[in-house]
Amino acid sequence: MSYFTFEHEADTGIRGEGKTLEEAFQETARAMFSVMANLEKVEEKEKVSGKTEGRDLISLLVNWLNQLLAEKDINGMVFKSFNVKIKKEGEGYSIEWDAWGEEMDPEKHQLDIEVKAATFHQAAVEEKNGKWTAQCIVDV
Amino acid sequence: MDVSMFTKINDYEWMIPKKGDMRVPGIVFGDEPIIRDLDEKVWEQVSNVATLPGIQLASIAMPDAHWGYGFPIGGVAAFDPKEGGIISAGGVGYDISCGVRTLKTNMKKEEVLPKLSELMEELFRTIPAGLGSEGEITLTKDQEDEMLAKGAKWAVEQGYGTEEDLEYTEMHGTAPDADPSKVSDLAKKREKKQAGTLGSGNHYLEVQWVEEVYDPEIARIYGLEKDQILITFHCGSRGLGHQVASDYMKVLDQAAPKYGIKLPDRQLACAPIDSQEGRDYWQAMNAAINNALANRQIISHLARKAFKRVFPDAELPQLYDTSHNTCRREEHVVDGVKKIVYVHRKGATSALGPGRPEIPKAYMNAGQPVLIGGTMGTYSYILAGTREGMEKAFGSACHGAGRRMSRAKAKKTWKGEQVIRDLAERGIIVKAHSFRGAAEEAPGAYKDVRQVVDAVHNAGLAKKVVRVRPLGVVKG
Repeated sequence: MSYFTFEHEADTGIRGEGKTLEEAFQETARAMFSVMANLEKVEEKEKVSGKTEGRDLISLLVNWLNQLLAEKDINGMVFKSFNVKIKKEGEGYSIEWDAWGEEMDPEKHQLDIEVKAATFHQAAVEEKNGKWTAQCIVDV
Repeated sequence: MDVSMFTKINDYEWMIPKKGDMRVPGIVFGDEPIIRDLDEKVWEQVSNVATLPGIQLASIAMPDAHWGYGFPIGGVAAFDPKEGGIISAGGVGYDISCGVRTLKTNMKKEEVLPKLSELMEELFRTIPAGLGSEGEITLTKDQEDEMLAKGAKWAVEQGYGTEEDLEYTEMHGTAPDADPSKVSDLAKKREKKQAGTLGSGNHYLEVQWVEEVYDPEIARIYGLEKDQILITFHCGSRGLGHQVASDYMKVLDQAAPKYGIKLPDRQLACAPIDSQEGRDYWQAMNAAINNALANRQIISHLARKAFKRVFPDAELPQLYDTSHNTCRREEHVVDGVKKIVYVHRKGATSALGPGRPEIPKAYMNAGQPVLIGGTMGTYSYILAGTREGMEKAFGSACHGAGRRMSRAKAKKTWKGEQVIRDLAERGIIVKAHSFRGAAEEAPGAYKDVRQVVDAVHNAGLAKKVVRVRPLGVVKG
């Protein structure tokens, strides 16, 4: 497992790690959904795809995570795994993404509290000795 | 934190002197123990807010202040558009117009107790709550736009509640300048099935009784008496509000550098009130406020329906509805001059003093009701706004107890099942959609609401009217 949550006084921090930038993003999204559901109980039955942009990598991360929260509400789904492609585009970045999961089922997925939004608070995307980390605080 | 970082003004007011880029000083309200317990990040965030253009009087924090994103939670700041004042999405928060509504009843505690369990079951079944819950109505796009423009008034027109409810809702149930066209399609799509749902996390509905009356005269004006049963619930603007906040955080993040605004923290993203971006956010935010007001109006209707199924003769008039994540255009006197300012209250409640035109006529001499949610095991309070609070904090008070323990730590410390059993032993029935959620909201995870409310009262920001205790809780 390379996704984590970390403590914050009123809210919760989420962090993903990976060998690549893409992996770190994917794991951060898993961390976010792990706040809301028991991911072990979620099956990868359906896919939702899209493209999101950001003026830098931190905006890209925050924008994408918020996009996933919107997709959760609109499709009534909980997501478990992700596949993304990140590109430098013009002045900023874009992320093409697939998210797999299934229709939300409060009992089956042991749904917990809702993440309202991903924030720029303590948001970071960085590479150190070949390891990428992405993180931010989510508002719950 | 180190009390010497503040200049003590009196026992309940502590100043952060102006330094560096700060345009005004910071003021934190609280007694000395509260200040000692304060997170250093709050000190930093109060100082950061003080650097924003057009800020008036002081960057203020309430006694329940804790570390937020950009603005502290419990932060109050007013900006004058004529002095280049800004509007900030970070100063309102993600759950726009998250707030509290209280319904009164004509019943006493001893009349309700024999059927409490049945009542809680009925409320739990009737009010959609918890992650993934859907409301009983699915809105068409036109209905949604009308709701965003008219707020609680729209809900009353649809048959959810009465005209009288609007009299006892801030802004008569409709936020001004709301423009549905400034709300993204994505935000609207998120709302489609969420109208009339409570949400999760710290959102709840409680059946409470008035345990103590502090101010008999104001209690009489509000229609409150000892042992009376009340229903109070806490919820906000759901996915739509969160999306409006995220959308405009992006817009304002780009606008700030464009207008040459230097931000010490990116979450303070803002634009001048008199700019396209600032106006757009103002209109979208007010639409989100209307969404929250309509949401609470529908929940009121559902709560009344459930209550009357158990007690058919019950009457449930509304005491008040107040929001604690907002920005409002209000008239205030600053340094002896009347000004129109935009007051940001993030995790802070409006507490306008007697005589203000915003207050319902019946409450005019008492001041605006201030509804303070405690924790599910302890108490909640109803206070009244004061004239002194108008001068000190733009008519604002605290909004709750404030967390003292992170959610992760609370989950490690308590099991949800145990929390619910312990409360049951003390006569409080908790119906929860998530056990983990119940653990995170355990009474011990919060500061003592009594200490926070006493500090607000003693600082003169608002005065205590009654204290209420929960009998039953529906947790989202």
